[in-house]
Amino acid sequence: MSDSPTAVNQTGHWAIEAHGLRCVLGQRVVLDGLDLRIGAGQFVGVFGANGAGKTTLLRALLGLQPLQSGSLLLLGRNGVLQRTAVGYVSQRDPVAADSVVRVRSYVATAWQGERWGLGLRQRAQRAQAVEAALRAVDAADLSERSMDGLSGGQRQRVRIAQALVNPVRMLLLDEPLSNLDPQAQQRILHTARKLCREQGITVLMTAHDINPLLPHMDQVLYLAAGKGRLGTVDAVVNGPALTELYGLPMAVARDGGYVFIHPAGGFMPEDAAHCGHDHTVGGGA
Amino acid sequence: MILGLEYGFMRHALLAGSAIAVLSAAVGYFITLRRQAFAAHALSHVGFTGAAGAILLGLSPYLGLFAFTLASGALLALAGGRLRQRDIGIGMVLMFALGLGVLFLNLYTANAQSAMSILFGSIVGITGDQAALSLAVCVAGLCGLAVLYRPLCFASFNPEGAQARGVNIRRLDLLFILLVAATVAVAVPVIGALLIFALLIGPAAAAQALSRSVAGGIGLSMGIGLAITWTGLAAAYAIGYPASTWIASLSFALYLLAHGWRRWREGRTSM
Repeated sequence: MSDSPTAVNQTGHWAIEAHGLRCVLGQRVVLDGLDLRIGAGQFVGVFGANGAGKTTLLRALLGLQPLQSGSLLLLGRNGVLQRTAVGYVSQRDPVAADSVVRVRSYVATAWQGERWGLGLRQRAQRAQAVEAALRAVDAADLSERSMDGLSGGQRQRVRIAQALVNPVRMLLLDEPLSNLDPQAQQRILHTARKLCREQGITVLMTAHDINPLLPHMDQVLYLAAGKGRLGTVDAVVNGPALTELYGLPMAVARDGGYVFIHPAGGFMPEDAAHCGHDHTVGGGA
Repeated sequence: MILGLEYGFMRHALLAGSAIAVLSAAVGYFITLRRQAFAAHALSHVGFTGAAGAILLGLSPYLGLFAFTLASGALLALAGGRLRQRDIGIGMVLMFALGLGVLFLNLYTANAQSAMSILFGSIVGITGDQAALSLAVCVAGLCGLAVLYRPLCFASFNPEGAQARGVNIRRLDLLFILLVAATVAVAVPVIGALLIFALLIGPAAAAQALSRSVAGGIGLSMGIGLAITWTGLAAAYAIGYPASTWIASLSFALYLLAHGWRRWREGRTSM
């Protein structure tokens, strides 16, 4: 585990400081003694195979996923106390969010949405917060559109605006790039980076493909076998580091500004390392 | 006077019908938003069984209605998302309740008319006490909805986001389904267990196709509910035929019109 070069925030603590997080879902150990220290204002890409615990980690940070053991501090305080300072964009919304309701009405439902009552007296404040949140994701022009008329990329930006409508210092984005074309992906990434740089918000973004994030993120968190490795792209995305993480021989190929992570060896027979047994025809198995 | 307000039964019908139309429309907006229409449908049929059981025991049908709808609402909520949102689980509860309902009717053969009035409603047979109860439940229900309003809106659009900010989703689901159960319990004797969608779903579904804000949609839904109730009562009085039939027909017509208009508008804007 490598420490962030930009280290701690102004108040002298980490945005996320976790020790020995252990999480079991059913029979499966998803996180097994995960340690994390992420500095404030960092843009961290979270990667790993399906089931490696990307979503589980985000949900654990939010306090939605009970942990079997481990300690967790967010912004220097107990995680549960801090969760209103964390914005969360889940993988998908229910069908209700695909209605004729206006974008600004949809975003507004989250503003102090955890409080009881109608909230009639705070209308002006709410409208202001909604406008600011939509501006922060470059979606001010979508304010009057209907939710069901948005493209995938527009919808994702509106959902991020909803997560920002309350004052937050950390943003957890679960697969915001999936099913988007490269242009829409780049817009989301620029937005996320802008929030980091201009507002000092710590961003954790899970993704399947590491490549679109390469120019934007400060650090990589790679999850495998219940463990994680955090560091710069060069420190984490290399053969030896991933081999240690997976417990399998892994290799990283770089070509034309892209990286490809794959098991060492490969599937083409002429390139594969010999597997050790006799290959005579009819030799039995 | 077109509504026949000089008659007590018409005044009671108007009062009870208006109260139930307003509460059903407001609660129904969230039912349609959350896609819980089948749960609401099941609750109304469970209510029928409760009413039939209460009549059998010589009690007020309302006692059975409230007991059965609230109990099965709590059961659905406590069974968690797995049962509450799954059609099969709700359908099984519905089936069992109707099986019991048939038994209660079978044991109590003396008065088939009371069964008919629970199934199809008897808006012009409402007594002064029933009208007062409907009004009281309407006021209490609207107050309850106002208290739940912000977390309910948030959680309906984005349950995980709401949960992340500390909304207790399971408790919210339980409170909402109890509100639906209470609404259904007062609505069944008026509009009928089989016709509950006329006031609970029709106006809300029409409003959802037309209104682009949540509060505006709820207001429009309540307006539509009131309009079809009054028009239905007036038509039944002036022209004849059961008021339930008029209200159900108007609800269906407005639903079709609203969705037709929405599709026509979408077709125009996408060109």
